[in-house]
Amino acid sequence: MKQWEVVIGIETHAQLSTQAKIFSGSSTAFGSAPNVQANAVDIALPGVLPVLNKGAVVCAIRFGLAVGAEIARHSVFARKNYFYPDLPKGYQISQYEWPVVLGGQLAIQVGESEKTVSLTRAHLEEDAGKSLHEGLGPHFRECSGIDLNRAGTPLLEIVTEPDMRSSAEAVAYARALHALVRWIGICDGNMQEGSFRCDANVSVRPVGQPHFGTRREIKNLNSFRFMQQAIDYEVQWQIATLEDGGSIEQATVLFDPVSGETRAMRSKEDAHDYRYFPDPDLLPLAIDRSWVEQIRAQLPELPTAKRERLIADYGLSAYDARVLTSSLELVGYYEATVATAGQANAKSCANWVMVDLAARLNKEDREIGESPVSAEQLGGLIARIGDGTISTNIARKVFDFLWNGEGSSADEIIARQGLQQISDSSSLEMLLDELLAANPAMVAEFRAGKEKAFNALIGQVMKATRGQANPQRVSDLLRKKLG
Amino acid sequence: MSLTLEQVRRVAHLARIEISDVEAHRTLGHLNEIFALIEEMQAVDTQGIGPMAHAQDVAQRLRADLVTESDQLAQRAAFQAIAPETEGGLYLVPKVIE
Repeated sequence: MKQWEVVIGIETHAQLSTQAKIFSGSSTAFGSAPNVQANAVDIALPGVLPVLNKGAVVCAIRFGLAVGAEIARHSVFARKNYFYPDLPKGYQISQYEWPVVLGGQLAIQVGESEKTVSLTRAHLEEDAGKSLHEGLGPHFRECSGIDLNRAGTPLLEIVTEPDMRSSAEAVAYARALHALVRWIGICDGNMQEGSFRCDANVSVRPVGQPHFGTRREIKNLNSFRFMQQAIDYEVQWQIATLEDGGSIEQATVLFDPVSGETRAMRSKEDAHDYRYFPDPDLLPLAIDRSWVEQIRAQLPELPTAKRERLIADYGLSAYDARVLTSSLELVGYYEATVATAGQANAKSCANWVMVDLAARLNKEDREIGESPVSAEQLGGLIARIGDGTISTNIARKVFDFLWNGEGSSADEIIARQGLQQISDSSSLEMLLDELLAANPAMVAEFRAGKEKAFNALIGQVMKATRGQANPQRVSDLLRKKLG
Repeated sequence: MSLTLEQVRRVAHLARIEISDVEAHRTLGHLNEIFALIEEMQAVDTQGIGPMAHAQDVAQRLRADLVTESDQLAQRAAFQAIAPETEGGLYLVPKVIE
């Protein structure tokens, strides 16, 4: 049986987080009544002229810098000609021969191994409107409804080389890209609202064959899970077709999440003859180097650099660093926590943020930005564990108080509730003496060699002090008394 | 280089322009004259000269990222007053299904 190699390239449309559209002053907000965010430019009335939004260009340059790409000095907008009712001009303004961003790379993590995906280019373009086929009045039997609110929304189309070799790599790339565009603040990444959608070009070839097989393009994958399912289905379909002696026709396919299958769209023979040419309505875009440097200076520290610094400065594991840098908000919260708790508690801060806090947020379906416990409050709490004021178990109680808004700081709660750890030897010794006198059986068991009895005695002390005794101190004192 | 009648018909179809046989022939003649002109221009030595994407050698001016539209409900009403058919704020077109 033949061994097959999977080859995948991905095109992503990231909706840019601008206030206004790419060529008009209409709002880009999502969810308004139909066509109230479509002005004369967006609906393509005759005689209108597009004027390029500087904010969209800044987003494209930010992205290019973040992936180490070349930023074009000279970039041109082109008309991509096709007819569809949600594209009232009869062409989409896009870029063809001279995109803003050339090349670049993105590091991805697949299981334990790292890989670099090369980018071909990233270009600016406008989104089309939306066609609605059902759900309104009686006319909808013969008609489609057109909403042009989305028409003219700025998009950055990011294109990779055919570098990925499995659905897992494709999803790892899509996740890394999704995290990056949010990190640098150019896209909100909302996949349900269509702010981040991927097309996957998939082909297979016998291992060792130098040229690529014929590819099929899976359109509009709007979740990572669907991407994985769609590619897996497509790959096994292509292999089965070839092994049955068939051949692959180049096609555009859609993934049906219900059946889990990909299906070729009915495509017109001329569908890809877009007849691109430079848009005479728009002059070439000049991007001077001082502007690029100004934008570079405003970029946040990038995920890879941040990860390396967390490992070097705070002694975190690569895994912890990766989890904490999954978003700029999360790592910002973590760093603010460390700033309060002190660098010596950095590892403990990582555990609290990734485990205790994350579990609580997850349970209540909240984002890190919505945490009722601030980074300063959590840092203050962790500092008190670090200096021995409270045990980790008591800290969880304090955390609950903070979470429920019952107290402004860990110190205030500890003082009010009298939760300080009892480390004072004389009061602990007194307590131990009473306990040993009251439990002669356990003492005898311990002396007979049962270590279990020792732990039971410690448990008694912790119970008597409502968990506030310093467990290490209790253990030391008890050994001394029994020894 | 010259065009064929088939190419003229194809370009017309792509542009959704309906042309008769007579028009197709006439257009073929016109386009071939343009191609002849282009061929003449090809003789000019353009070595080392970058292509221009626009007839004017100036750069695009950029607009600040600000929403400048207001009361688009009224604007929509004005636009839709001249549209053939609308419903619930949507423009209606003959059914399109992929």
